[in-house]
Amino acid sequence: MASLKELKDRISSVKSTQKITKAKQMVAAAKLRKAQAAAEAARPYAERLETVMSSLASGVSISKDTPKLLAGTGKNQKHLMVVATSDRGLCGAFNANIVKEARIKADALKAEGKDVEFYLVGKKGKPVINRVYPGSIRHHFDTSDIKNPHYDDAKEIAEDLVARMEKGDFDIAWLFYSKFKSALVQEPQTQQIIPVPVDENADTGSTVAVEYEPDEEEILSELLPRNLSIQLFRALLENGASEQGASMTAMDNATRNAGDLIEKLTIVYNRSRQAAITTELVEIISGAEAL
Amino acid sequence: MALNFELVTPEKLLRSEEVHMVVVPGTEGDFGVLERHAPVMSTIRDGAIQIFATPGATPETIRVEGGFAEVNDKGLTILAEKIVDEG
Repeated sequence: MASLKELKDRISSVKSTQKITKAKQMVAAAKLRKAQAAAEAARPYAERLETVMSSLASGVSISKDTPKLLAGTGKNQKHLMVVATSDRGLCGAFNANIVKEARIKADALKAEGKDVEFYLVGKKGKPVINRVYPGSIRHHFDTSDIKNPHYDDAKEIAEDLVARMEKGDFDIAWLFYSKFKSALVQEPQTQQIIPVPVDENADTGSTVAVEYEPDEEEILSELLPRNLSIQLFRALLENGASEQGASMTAMDNATRNAGDLIEKLTIVYNRSRQAAITTELVEIISGAEAL
Repeated sequence: MALNFELVTPEKLLRSEEVHMVVVPGTEGDFGVLERHAPVMSTIRDGAIQIFATPGATPETIRVEGGFAEVNDKGLTILAEKIVDEG
C-alpha cells in the first residue's frame, strides 16, 4: 500500500488538475455563448445565398464557358479533402470525430482508385493525418492567430482553393467540419464544395421572369466564389461553436471525475492513517504489558 | 403597403424592416426599389444604399462593399459582403 506521503501528494495533484479543468470549463462556457451567437447570426446569409444559388444554377445550362466552380473540371480523379479542426486540445473527441469522418471518406475514395490529398485548416488534425496518409498534406492553413473567425479569413481560404483548382491540383473538393447542434451534440459533416452540387430536384421556384443585371453568367461567376467563401466561413463558425461546446462537456466530465477520484483517495488516505495509528497504539500497549 | 427590406452580411442579419423605398447601387447603375418591383437579380458595386423609411423622408445611407441584390415577390434582399462603418 502507498505511504501516507504518497497519497497526500496524489490528492493534491488531482486537486490541481481539477482546478484546471474547472477553469477551462468555465472559459469554454463563456466562449460558447459568443461563438454560438456568431454561428447563428451567419445562418441567414448562408441560407439566402443558397436559395439564390440553387435557383440560378438550375437555370444555367452547362457549357464549356460555365465557371469551373459549378461545372467542375470534367474529371473525377483528384480529390482534395479540406479538413477544418481546432488549434487547441482539451475538447474531448471533437477533433478526432472530424478526422475520423475525413478518413472514412478518404478511404472510400482510395478504394475507388482516386487520388486523395489534404488541405488542413487548424492544426489539430495534422499529426493524425500525417501519420495515416504520410506526405499527402498539400497545405496547412494556420488559424492559430485568429481568435474569432472573420469573413476575410474564409475568403482567403476560398481564393487559395480556387487558385489551386485553376492550376489543376484537384478536381473535387470536400469540406469536413463539425456542425453545432448543442453543447452536448456536435455532428461531423461531409460536404462537397467544389464543384457546387446542384440539386436536380431543386425547386426552380419562381416561374416569373427574373431580370438579371448584368447577365446570368456574370452574376454566377461572381456569386460562385462568394458562395465558396460563405460555406467555409460557416464551417469555421460552426467549428468554433462546436469546439467550445465539446470542450465544455469534456471539461465538465473531467472535473466530475477528478472529484470522484479525490473522494476515493481521501478515504484510502484516512484508512491508512487510522491503520498506522492503531499499529502504533498496539505497539505501545504491548510494550507496556511486557514490563 | 411598404417594401419588405432585408440587409444581410456574412456576419449577421443587419436589417429586416418595412420601408418605402431603397436605392441600390447596382453594377450597371443605381436603381430604386419600391414595393411590387419586378423581380431582379443584380450585383452591386461599392457604394451607398439609401433607405427611405417614408416618402420624402431624409434617406438613411449605409455604405456597402460588394454584394448582391435580389428583388422577388417577397421584397428586396441585399446580401452585402461588407458594411463600411460611417465615421
